[in-house]
Amino acid sequence: MKIAITGLNATDNPGPGVPVIRSILHSEEFKGEIIGLIYDSLEPGIYMKDIADKCYLIPYPSSGLDSLFSRIVHIHEKEQIDLIIPTLDSELFGFIKIKDKLEAIGIKTFVPTFDQLNFRAKDKLFDFCSQHNIKVPKNILINSMQDMYTIPQNFSYPVVVKGIFYDAYIVNNFEEAMTAFHKMRAKWGYPIIVQEFVKGTEFNVVALGDGTGNTVGAVSMRKLYITDKGKGWAGITIDDPNLLEISYKLIKELKWKSGMELEYMKSADSGEYYLLEINPRFPAWVYLAPEAGQNLPYALVKLAFNQHVENFKNFKTGIIFVRSSWDLITDISKFEEIAVKGEFVL
Amino acid sequence: MKKYHIPEYIAISDNGFLFLPSTGETFTLNQIGKEIFKMIQAGEDEERIFEHITSEYDVDNSIIEKDFSDFILQLKSYSLVKFI
Repeated sequence: MKIAITGLNATDNPGPGVPVIRSILHSEEFKGEIIGLIYDSLEPGIYMKDIADKCYLIPYPSSGLDSLFSRIVHIHEKEQIDLIIPTLDSELFGFIKIKDKLEAIGIKTFVPTFDQLNFRAKDKLFDFCSQHNIKVPKNILINSMQDMYTIPQNFSYPVVVKGIFYDAYIVNNFEEAMTAFHKMRAKWGYPIIVQEFVKGTEFNVVALGDGTGNTVGAVSMRKLYITDKGKGWAGITIDDPNLLEISYKLIKELKWKSGMELEYMKSADSGEYYLLEINPRFPAWVYLAPEAGQNLPYALVKLAFNQHVENFKNFKTGIIFVRSSWDLITDISKFEEIAVKGEFVL
Repeated sequence: MKKYHIPEYIAISDNGFLFLPSTGETFTLNQIGKEIFKMIQAGEDEERIFEHITSEYDVDNSIIEKDFSDFILQLKSYSLVKFI
């Protein structure tokens, strides 16, 4: 079995590719090869020992789906790939779009549908959650500078100003809000989201849905250390039935298919969980899940091959991940190999 | 005499390290804090706890009462103990 996986950018804003690979290799059942699909010849995962057997450069999503598909066809002719697991938000739309073409040449995927992807988008999440009685911070969509002047009618400060894809700023007054607005508009465009600020502690859940509304497994975690980019650099598995209950409900309502990360804020005032975001792929901390007893990435592999997977019932609490920085040393000839040929074997 | 209850899911190690599984929070108790916590866990009331401290440590009753009260309030603020 050959599984191709993207997101080997194990940087300070890490992609989930390396931990997804580690999880699959963690399974004693897995016999096969891992193919890394990379966008840049300096993605650290390329140079890590015992991660990917081979790596291939693929074009950025902005190059268009035809060039992505023809590159995959080329790689497939050499490698006979059985399954592709895209792990990055930005590429997911493209992979969903070429899913049928991949299937036709014998490559499986296990990705959400367009509808599922749309419902969880930042600008749609509020309506979806309100319909299903899931608490979510109140928000408004900003589509012009004029809309910013409606903030005082809807909120009291502080509020959160968020980009449609990434980035968020907590702002304490109108001037700060306008500064954040200009940054977001320049970087991500409209709509910009202005959201109620919920003071509290952040909790995250990694989960896998099988596409029927069933949750195959879910592991909850609290970040212990957060970087200046807002990324969890350490975390611990926790057991709060309320948090898992909301997550199971969401997966049921969405009929979510694939891995996902749910981000919550537990209100310091009410103790209630507010859903902040749904990320449509496994998070970079997913390797915590197999170590806690739920190998969700390997379960996804089995689901992709239509194999029966028992739902995970529980997991160990008090399991901690601590991320590290580690310099990988390589020779320029290796770098040359990937830069010139677009292929690499460590 | 007042009694307190510590939820069963809260574990304390021999080093006095506390872990709250529902939130992932951890706490470290000093020696006397650990002894008091374990006595509460064992269902002992305030009177028994005070007796134990005065027998083990050279301290006035008035100070024990004050420090014990502060300690209990701190535990309560972290949801580590409930009043019965």
